[in-house]
Amino acid sequence: MTKLPRWADVVLVPLICLLIAFVFCGLLIAAIGQNPWVALTSMIQGSLGTQSGWGYTLFYATNFLLTGLGVSIAFHASLFNIGGEGQATLGGLGVAVACLFIPWPHWSLALLGSITLSALFGALWALIPAWLQAKRGSHIVITTMMFNFIAYALISYLLVNVLRPEGAMDPATARFDKAFNLPKLADIFGVMGIPFSKAPPANIMLFVALALAVATWALLWHTRLGYAIRAFGKQEKAAVYAGISPVRITLYALLLSGGISGLMAVNAVQGGAHRLVMNSVEGAGFIGIAVALMGRNHPFGIVLASLLFGFLFQGGAQLAMASDPVTGEQLKIPREVITVLQALVILFTGALPYMVQRPLEKLFARGGR
Amino acid sequence: MPSQANLGRQATAAPFAIELRGISKAFGPVQANRDINIAVPKGTIHGIIGENGAGKSTLMSILYGFYKADAGTILVGGVETAIPDSQSAIRAGIGMVFQHFKLVQNFTVLENIILGAEDGPWLGTSLARARRALADLSREYDLDVNPDAVVEDLSVGHQQRVEILKALYRQADILILDEPTGVLTPEEADHLFRILRGLRDQGKTVILITHKLREIMETTDNVSVMRRGTMVGTVKTAETNPEELAELMVGRKVLLQVDKDPANPGREVLRVENLRVMTEGVERLKGVSFSIRAGEIVGIAGVAGNGQSELLEALGGIAEATGRIVMNGVDLPLKGLNGQSRREAGIAHVPEDRQVLGLIMDFAAWENVGFGYQNDPKYQSGLFMNNGALRADTEAKMARFDVRPPIPTLAAKNFSGGNQQKIVVAREIERNPDLLLIGQPTRGVDIGAIEFIHKEIVALRDAGKAVLLVSVELDEIRSLSDRVLVMFDGQIMGERPPQTDERELGLLMAGMTETTA
Ligand SMILES: Nc1ncnc2c1ncn2[C@@H]1O[C@H](COP(=O)(O)OP(=O)(O)OP(=O)(O)O)[C@@H](O)[C@H]1O
Ligand SMILES: [Mg+2]
Repeated sequence: MTKLPRWADVVLVPLICLLIAFVFCGLLIAAIGQNPWVALTSMIQGSLGTQSGWGYTLFYATNFLLTGLGVSIAFHASLFNIGGEGQATLGGLGVAVACLFIPWPHWSLALLGSITLSALFGALWALIPAWLQAKRGSHIVITTMMFNFIAYALISYLLVNVLRPEGAMDPATARFDKAFNLPKLADIFGVMGIPFSKAPPANIMLFVALALAVATWALLWHTRLGYAIRAFGKQEKAAVYAGISPVRITLYALLLSGGISGLMAVNAVQGGAHRLVMNSVEGAGFIGIAVALMGRNHPFGIVLASLLFGFLFQGGAQLAMASDPVTGEQLKIPREVITVLQALVILFTGALPYMVQRPLEKLFARGGR
Repeated sequence: MPSQANLGRQATAAPFAIELRGISKAFGPVQANRDINIAVPKGTIHGIIGENGAGKSTLMSILYGFYKADAGTILVGGVETAIPDSQSAIRAGIGMVFQHFKLVQNFTVLENIILGAEDGPWLGTSLARARRALADLSREYDLDVNPDAVVEDLSVGHQQRVEILKALYRQADILILDEPTGVLTPEEADHLFRILRGLRDQGKTVILITHKLREIMETTDNVSVMRRGTMVGTVKTAETNPEELAELMVGRKVLLQVDKDPANPGREVLRVENLRVMTEGVERLKGVSFSIRAGEIVGIAGVAGNGQSELLEALGGIAEATGRIVMNGVDLPLKGLNGQSRREAGIAHVPEDRQVLGLIMDFAAWENVGFGYQNDPKYQSGLFMNNGALRADTEAKMARFDVRPPIPTLAAKNFSGGNQQKIVVAREIERNPDLLLIGQPTRGVDIGAIEFIHKEIVALRDAGKAVLLVSVELDEIRSLSDRVLVMFDGQIMGERPPQTDERELGLLMAGMTETTA
């Protein structure tokens, strides 16, 4: 039970966590002999300073928003689905099947097809762990994690032995038909007469993901199923008293969770890479966990958190290429350090809010109200 | 009478163990405590009574450092003391026994006792010291607990004694108990009061919150009455009586007896045949058969833990069973979990433990009013739930059942215990079910609300419905039931009319029939 006022709990705590994370990042960068301030400004410049930067930030944010929503639905049922990675990987297979084997007459139909198949594949990949948990009590954390590895092995096998075009050297499918490319932000804004950079892969899935955030909110707080999921997540025994079937809720929650995580592949594979490659998910499944935690499992919070992580991703990528604005010298920040920075933010914002909550509670108690 | 003997002692015990002056505390719009003054003389047992939501637990939480008062001062032993957290309370010699024990279930008694009070990093010395201290304490106060028992194997009554020992081990001079007997059997409760009297005779001070006026009359020296956040007054127990206390609490005369006409039973509503329930490989319900007709209240008497809970759960569709349950002439499914289909068959269920089964504590009151009835078309509109209808319904129920505060958006956990119970009872009774299963209907409920809930149960009966009442309060069973079944060790020992004297029922509850007794 937290005694903090709601606004402090929802706004102040994540912000303080973020600040602490940034301080640590700054120390780390200073420790390798670079200027933290320059690093921060070049991250901001690279991700939010240009249209292209924004486009990439939004593209990554879309990935995280989808996996974050997926994780959060399971969280509401008190199920810790850490298999977003595998479910999104299978989602990628769904996209590939939709885009390689079906001659859609129009991109919009191709989109519908890939949405359906990726959600289906992702959901099915969650179904087995869900079933094992519901019927046999095998712990979901273990099984979903194992399914991440299985998914990766499965995709490697399929890419190398089945889906790789004749004569190609790398384990990837052929490029999808250009006609199936999704409209980019430039195209969408273009219709409204607003010019936007054509370079970044951010596409219509951004809006699909935002609509899904709204739908998730409506599902959780305005439908019977959402009610049952939340009741089950809070007090399983009481849910049984209310006639809510633990087996059914476990299955539904994980099917929804896996399905939404699977959709992430539509953005990354159909919208971004235009073909299925190894490791198409690039950790978005795991980042979804941090996003859901930081967003307090509320779709609105998850939208904000996914933007933050989009910024970190794009800014981090830029940081690797950034140079000092004064001397013009290339900053020497190795890629590994950037990964560490991202990990620090995940650690502080996702896993450690309780560390901040306690002292803050004391502060509020002392200050009265 | 202990209270007689203590009148003299009060006069001489000059400094008060605890004095609260002008304590106020608000939770948002709810004024839980308003300018409370109370003085507890040293070496006495001091009762605090008041309706549900009167602010008793809040006041004690302030004294124990859980909440910070908005205004007021606390004097411990005549010295003004700041109590910002429970460590400070412990340092000031205040110990608290919660209704929901805060013990580590898989630790031994000894380990629980030193938890948080270790002498140093090396547990061995702490444990040895605690063992000696514990032996002394146990002997001194008749506490009788095995220091090496694992807590989860202990009965509720013993766990409570561990809590008391924990406080005493931390040198508490003032012991606060918030509704300690709600979960105890009558024997355990008697033992508890023996312990408390022993503590008082050793010069300790005890503050006891309870809704049971009999406990107040039998054990306390003084009693303070709270009403709607204020302190109405403090009286000497020896100079008052239950009727007067009830009136002080509620502000009107309260009927302490159930007022009902003889039953007028009709057709058979429920028939149970050879019902058996296994949990974790142990048969808890060993072939129970009985029936209930429309328009009667059947009470199940018994010491807690003799299969009553399993009976309720099997009937409510939340435990698997074998045998037969026939409702309105139709066999009900016994395999799997059937909470929903039981409701459809016209069974409503007020579970024994409202906080574990009956309510989702984090949900708002209005969400809880739909709990179990989330599929009711009345609460749906198309694809979505009709949250507006639920809220309106909640407001109506809160008004009719006098739930305080009447705020539908307040989370269940923020209502006082008795008001939580009113929410559950309102939800189930207002379904107008053919059969009402009701377990411990008035546990933690104030006398005004007990009167009200009892009236509602009788009204349901008079409307031609069947009621199965499970309660560990023999008084409640005897005054409310039309027929009494006594359960022992998962079996029904026999049926008796409610007028049967307590001794005979007591013997049956202990598993002795006339022939063996
Ligand atoms: N954390 C909280 N937030 C909001 N309101 C609260 C909170 N805790 C208590 N209240 C309110 O304060 C009032 C007093 O509650 P308290 O628990 O002290 O009552 P009580 O006298 O112990 O009642 P009971 O006999 O039912 O246990 C109630 O109206 C309750 O709803
Ligand atoms: Mg209370």
